[in-house]
Amino acid sequence: MNAILWQAVQILLVVALAPLVTGYVRWVKARLQGRRGAAPWQPYRDLYRLLQKEAVIAHSASWIFRAAPYVTFASVWLAACIVPTFTTNMVLAPAADLIALVALLAVGRFWTALAGMDVGTSFGGLGASREMLIASLAEPAMLMITFSLSLVSGTTAPAKIVAFVLAGNVGIEVSLGLALAAMVMVAIAENGRIPIDNPATHLELTMVHEAMVLEYSGRHLAMVEAAAMVRLTLYIALIATLFAPWGIAQPGAGAIGALLGLAAFLAKTFVLGSVLALFETSIAKMRVFRYADFLGGALLLGLLATIFLYVSEAV
Amino acid sequence: MSQQFSYDIAHLIGATVLMAGFGLLYQRRVFAVLNTFAFQAVALAAAAAWQAHVQHAPHLYVTAAIALLFKAMAVPFALHWLIEKLGIHRTVETALSIGWTMIVGVALVALSIMLVLPVTAAASALTRESLALAMSVVLLGMLMMITRRNAVTQVVGFMALENGLILAAVSAKGMPLVVEISIAFSVLVAMTVFGIFFFRIRERFDSLDVAYLESYRGDRS
Amino acid sequence: MSLDALFANPLLLILAIPLASAGFLAVLPSWRLASWLNIVVSGTTFAASLTLFAHRPAPTRLLFIDDFNVYLVALTTFVGFTTAIFSAGYIARESAAARLSDLHLRFYHSMYQAFLFTMLLALSANNTGVMWVAVEAATLTTVLMVSLYRTREAIEAAWKYFILCSVGIGLALFGTTLVYLAAQPVMGDGADAMAWTLLIGQAAKFQPDLLNLAFVFLLVGYGTKVGLAPLHAWLPDAHAEGPTPISAVLSGLLLNVALYALLRFKMLIAANPDTLAPGPLMVLMGLSSLFLSGFMLMRRGDIKRLFAYSSIEHMGVMTFAFGMGGPLANFAGLLHMTMHSLTKSGIFFAVGAITQNLGTKRLNEITGLTVSHPALGWGLAVAVLAIAGMPPMGVFMSEFLVVSSTFARQPLLAVPLIVGLLIAFAALATRLTGMLFGEPQPAQRGHGGRTGLSSWLAYGPLWLHVTMVVVAGLYLPAPLVQWFETVAKMLG
Repeated sequence: MNAILWQAVQILLVVALAPLVTGYVRWVKARLQGRRGAAPWQPYRDLYRLLQKEAVIAHSASWIFRAAPYVTFASVWLAACIVPTFTTNMVLAPAADLIALVALLAVGRFWTALAGMDVGTSFGGLGASREMLIASLAEPAMLMITFSLSLVSGTTAPAKIVAFVLAGNVGIEVSLGLALAAMVMVAIAENGRIPIDNPATHLELTMVHEAMVLEYSGRHLAMVEAAAMVRLTLYIALIATLFAPWGIAQPGAGAIGALLGLAAFLAKTFVLGSVLALFETSIAKMRVFRYADFLGGALLLGLLATIFLYVSEAV
Repeated sequence: MSQQFSYDIAHLIGATVLMAGFGLLYQRRVFAVLNTFAFQAVALAAAAAWQAHVQHAPHLYVTAAIALLFKAMAVPFALHWLIEKLGIHRTVETALSIGWTMIVGVALVALSIMLVLPVTAAASALTRESLALAMSVVLLGMLMMITRRNAVTQVVGFMALENGLILAAVSAKGMPLVVEISIAFSVLVAMTVFGIFFFRIRERFDSLDVAYLESYRGDRS
Repeated sequence: MSLDALFANPLLLILAIPLASAGFLAVLPSWRLASWLNIVVSGTTFAASLTLFAHRPAPTRLLFIDDFNVYLVALTTFVGFTTAIFSAGYIARESAAARLSDLHLRFYHSMYQAFLFTMLLALSANNTGVMWVAVEAATLTTVLMVSLYRTREAIEAAWKYFILCSVGIGLALFGTTLVYLAAQPVMGDGADAMAWTLLIGQAAKFQPDLLNLAFVFLLVGYGTKVGLAPLHAWLPDAHAEGPTPISAVLSGLLLNVALYALLRFKMLIAANPDTLAPGPLMVLMGLSSLFLSGFMLMRRGDIKRLFAYSSIEHMGVMTFAFGMGGPLANFAGLLHMTMHSLTKSGIFFAVGAITQNLGTKRLNEITGLTVSHPALGWGLAVAVLAIAGMPPMGVFMSEFLVVSSTFARQPLLAVPLIVGLLIAFAALATRLTGMLFGEPQPAQRGHGGRTGLSSWLAYGPLWLHVTMVVVAGLYLPAPLVQWFETVAKMLG
């Protein structure tokens, strides 16, 4: 019974929290850059405003263009629902699995790229091709991370990994450190953050995600933006859950445990968001030619994490 | 302090040294290479200090100090100064693309683990994993010397190789002090030799690209 | 340490003399005096090393002398002494030709003694780590000497030498660490687990796999320094571009020292019944060196390079012999080591005189030596015939022993060995006729004049070495034979 309740809370929580997370990161960045910046809840207003507006659609656009924002948002939202944030006691937890998660995110990315190409503008195609380049490197890296995690804990289900780590079975493990570093690199690439992409730019030469969604307006744009926000929250939650699961409520912890888990989750999100803002402020955008090296590095870290597991296995 | 904990820390520091080795291969700017090398030397110093603590071998603190003062500070500063003074190219010239170098690097790490782990079954866990890591660092240093054409990066590759050797030496329990000090000393001498070379090469060719030297190769008649 | 201790232990004296002279010669302003002093000091070291035969000091933690290294110490000090004599004449003419400044010459003499010291230390060290340090130091001193002329080629050669040999020596250190790790569980922590005298008795208890891995590193590491085939790239350049006395000691001594280090470790591996046999690897590397250098000898145009490749060939033959193992092959290897040292350093004395007399290193510009410089020409002729393996010289004897022992045990391996030796022989013989006969070159192209004394400083050691090699080929004194046999047994 509780499992259904917590699942419902989780479903709503990720959507409700996502704009705040994005807004918070923007606000911290603005502060670090010496600006006052918009309030952290500004994204709620933006989304509301976009939903009110009329959607303008290009003549050349097909049904794909219209469907893409909803499909993307739905897939990302579903993905976010299966990542335990404050409790592992959820209905979907047994079905949730890191490989499924990768697949769900891939669906969203695939539709965004399709939509980018659909209208036939040059920017859309350019953004889509770059996005696919990033994806082709980021996905193997993500799978590598999944492998190394599953080698440590014997499962690919986030809920079980959390249970395994919380049971104290894992010490200071080099491969986990490597996997964490790889995961952060993948998260940066997938969310289009600096140094891979800059979410605040519309400069032709460098934009990736923004180039694909340039043609969207009104409620479609709101969906696209919301999907991006949920994705950021999802990755923050994923990193927090897999590598710092302390505080997450286990099945049987009751309402108090869940509330404590919620507080811990908010704190972790707060910290990770600040770190992201700090990182983005202190680093420069990378040239497009370097993407392959950057994500190749993530893939390599994941690979090394797997290799190192064999070292500790054998010892 | 538990055995497992000290093992984990040593493992972690060793892996940091190895990561820095990969960092050296990843960099495209000579200054970034120097910074990464300095970082590696700091990690090496930490590894030596940790071994000194775990093995109750105070002489290893000397090794740590040498790594910190000489390798992490003096050498990078000296090379930095040389580069600025001589106006050397600041981009790394690669004989093999960075991506491929990294892939080969991973293969080398896998190779050294496969080689070392089966043969060290009798050694203590602490030694075994450090040895595998050290051998990887040595091989990565060699890889860097092979795939980077600039003289400065070759020097750094050689020093990275030495870092791996020292990592191995400090992890070998109770290895006598004579060796560590002399290693550090020979590095010092090596550095002076390098210094002479930089000036001489500069005098002669106005460039530090080793490729200039090869206009006339080993199997000339 | 008191002076009494120094004189009580000749080994300490042998090490102290070159070390002290290295310091003293560095501050001595007159290079002329320094070059004579160099001879005196090297001669004293040689004399001191002879006392080792009479009285062998007990092994200490750091130094030891046994049947194997005592003969190499004597050989090293002897060739060091004769090369010092040759060097005095050579240096005088280089200085007269203004090819080297006074400061460089001071540095040269100091480094020469430092180099002898590091080699003697490597030979007599009773600690794998100290031996490694000594070999590394020997590398550094020779790098500095190879780059002495500061020409473009000299710097290229020194750079290549430094980079390749540093990597090699680094790998050797890794191998040394692995051997320590193999020994440490049996011998306990500390210096005991690095002492040759203690290791060899316990080697059977070491972990065999670790020793195998260590030997691969040591073979590649010290093998680079020996100049074995895939790792030989530094050797021809370093020999060709440095001062000729340095080429003589590089070929005649340093390669031996590196091979000695390798053989010590091989003894350790062989003492453990469960390790892989190190022989096949050494045989393979030896044969590849032999073939590579055989073909390379055909195409050389530079006289110093020619004989550098010939050194690779002979180091290949020795490595092959020691790789085969067994009393006879080891005997042949040891004999070959001695004969090659004497012959090759003699050849380089001749080469030094030739390049100074004719002012060129190009083979096609060196003709008619028997007419223009008979003492030099015929001396070179005998030495080159000896190195090529003509009977009745010493090198022929040792090569014959290698071949016959191989025939007895692995007839199939003898075929490539003989083919390789014949290729090298043919290449050297054709080169030699070109140099000795034909139209002599006009003499005025040489540099540094031709003072009688400095010529004889070159010819004297040359003829001394040649005579020794010829005599050794005809008659080996019985004690020497007996003693080679003992060492051959030690090597297993």
